[in-house]
Amino acid sequence: MGRIVLENVTKSFGDVEVIPPLDLTIEDGEFAVFVGPSGCGKSTLLRLIAGLEDTSSGKILIDDADVTAVSPSKRGLAMVFQSYALYPHMTVRKNIAFPMRMAGVSDAEQEKRIAAAAKALNLTDYLDRKPGQLSGGQRQRVAIGRAIVRDPSAFLFDEPLSNLDAALRVGMRLEICEMHSRMETTMIYVTHDQVEAMTMADKIVVLQAGVIEQVGSPLDLYHKPRNVFVAGFIGSPRMNLFSGPEAAKHDAATIGIRPEHTEVSTTEGTWKGIVGVAEHLGSDTFIHVHDTGLADTVTVRIAGDIAVSHGDTVFLTPQAGQIHRFNADGLRID
Amino acid sequence: MAIVAQTSRFSKIAWPIAAWAVGLLFFFPIFWMVLTSFKTDADAVKPEFLFFFTPTLENYLNMTENYDYWRFAANSVICSVFATVFTLFVGIPSAYAMAFNPSRSTKDVLMWMLSTKMLPAAAVLYPMTFITKNFLGIFDTHFLIILVLSLINLPIVVWMLFTYFKEIPKDIIEAGKMDGVNTWGEIREILVPLAWGGIASTALLCFIFCWNEAYWTVRLTTTDAATLSKLIEGNRAPEGLFFGRLSAVSTAAVGPIIVLGWFCQKQLVQGLTFGAVK
Repeated sequence: MGRIVLENVTKSFGDVEVIPPLDLTIEDGEFAVFVGPSGCGKSTLLRLIAGLEDTSSGKILIDDADVTAVSPSKRGLAMVFQSYALYPHMTVRKNIAFPMRMAGVSDAEQEKRIAAAAKALNLTDYLDRKPGQLSGGQRQRVAIGRAIVRDPSAFLFDEPLSNLDAALRVGMRLEICEMHSRMETTMIYVTHDQVEAMTMADKIVVLQAGVIEQVGSPLDLYHKPRNVFVAGFIGSPRMNLFSGPEAAKHDAATIGIRPEHTEVSTTEGTWKGIVGVAEHLGSDTFIHVHDTGLADTVTVRIAGDIAVSHGDTVFLTPQAGQIHRFNADGLRID
Repeated sequence: MAIVAQTSRFSKIAWPIAAWAVGLLFFFPIFWMVLTSFKTDADAVKPEFLFFFTPTLENYLNMTENYDYWRFAANSVICSVFATVFTLFVGIPSAYAMAFNPSRSTKDVLMWMLSTKMLPAAAVLYPMTFITKNFLGIFDTHFLIILVLSLINLPIVVWMLFTYFKEIPKDIIEAGKMDGVNTWGEIREILVPLAWGGIASTALLCFIFCWNEAYWTVRLTTTDAATLSKLIEGNRAPEGLFFGRLSAVSTAAVGPIIVLGWFCQKQLVQGLTFGAVK
C-alpha cells in the first residue's frame, strides 16, 4: 500500500513561501512525476513527503495515517538521491544491508534479499566492492538496491538520472519503468526533463513557483494543456505560441501549435516565412522559420526528410483542429 | 629556456635550504633542552659547553629518585586522556548538530565559543581558585583538572570537528535518516566512520594541548592531581636556576607526546590541512 495525500501543505523558508497551499493525491501503485523548471519547488515537495523538510502548515497522509510530524525513518518510504548518497565506507553488500540492519531484519533474511536485489540489478559481482570502485550507473543501481530491500510503501526519486550520461540515462529509465511494472509500488519521481516525465509517468504533476499548474496523464497534458505554461513546457520541441492579430482571428489572446502539427510546403500555405536553420535528423527534420510575422522563430517538425535549407522561402499550414487557444489569463479555451 | 632552467635549479637548492633553516629554527629549543638535560647544572650555564661537555645521567636519576616522576606522569595521563574523551563526547554531537542542522544562530554560537578563548585566564584565576577551594571543595582533584582541561579545549575541538563534518555531503546523512537510523545511529554508523581522520587528528591535538597545559594545572593543584607541568614548575623556583635538572624534567615531560606525535604525524598533518585542499 502507498497512497499519499497532501492536504493544504505549505512550506516557507523564513519569509519566502516556496510552496503556497497545495493539495495533491497520489494513488497506490501510481508512478507520479513532478516536473518543472529548476527552482519550481519540486524537490522541496518531495523532501516534504520524505520528511526531510518540515511542513510549515497542512497535513501529509500515507495510507490515511497522518505522518506530518513523523520522522523520515518511520514513514516507511525509500529515497534515491541525485548524488546516490551511498555510504562510502561500506561495501555494496553493507550499503544494501544497512536499512535492513537498522530495521532488525534477521541475517538470513538480509542475505536472501541482498541476493535477490543484486541479481535484479546486475550487482552480484560487485557486492564486495566499495562505492568508490563503481561507475556512476552501478552506484545508482546500488542506491536503488538499498531502496528496494526495505520493501517501502513508496519510492521517492530525486532526479536520479541527471548525473548519468545520455546513453546510460535511457537504459536506467527503462529499468526503473520495468521495476515499477513488476513491483506495482507507488513511485514519486522528480525531474526537470520533460521527456523523462512523458515516458515514465502514469501521472505528471507540472509545477511552477511551488504552484501545481496541471495534474494529468502524459497524453492529457500533451493534448489538453490547461494553460500557456504547460503548453510551452510539455512537448519537444516546444509548442509555438503566438499572440496578436493571428490569435485574434481565432478569438483568443494566445494560440499555440505544436511543431509536429504544422505542414510545410515550398509553394503554398497559410503563413509564409524564411528558413533559418534546417536540422536533418534522417527520421525527422526540424525547421526553424523566421520572418513569419507571428513570432521570432516558428519551429516545425516534419517526419522524414525535406529538401529545404537556409534562406529558402516556405509556407506553413497548421493541421485542422490542432490549434490550442488560450484567453488573456493564459487559460485554455475549449 | 636558460632562464627557466636556472630558476628551477636555483629553487631546487634554495627551497630545501630555507625549509631546513625554518625546521631547525623550530627544533632548536627542543634540541637545546635535550642537550642540557645531560649536563650538570654547573655546565649548563657555561656557553663554552654548549655543544662539548661530559654527558651525565645524574639529572634523570635525581628526578626519578627524588621527585616521584611517575606519579606526576600518571596524573598527566589520567587527566589528558579523560579530558580528551570527555571533550570529544560533548564536541562530536555539538559539531554534528551545527554542521547538519544549522539554525540562524549557529554562526553566532560558534563565534561565542571562540570568544571564550579570548578571555585572559589570569582574569578568572582568583575566583576559580576561591570557588573550587572554598565552595566546591574540588581543588587539587583529578575531577577539577579534567573539567578545566575539557572546557578550555572544547571551543577549538568543536570548531575543528565542525569544519570536518561540513565536508561530509548532507545527502549521506539524509540517506541514513531515510534508511531508518536515529540521531545516535547517524553519529555512530555514518558520521564517525566517515570523519574518522578528522576526529583522530582533533583528538590528538586536544590530547597534546591537555598534556602541555600549564597555567591551570599549576595553579589549581598542589600534590594529589599535580601533572608534569607542575613538576617542571616545581624545579624552577626556590633553589635558583638549575637548568640541567629543569631540562631533564621537561624532556621527560614532553618525551611521550613527541613520540606519540611522531607516530601520528601522517594523521595529524592530513587532519590539519583537511579542507584546505578540497
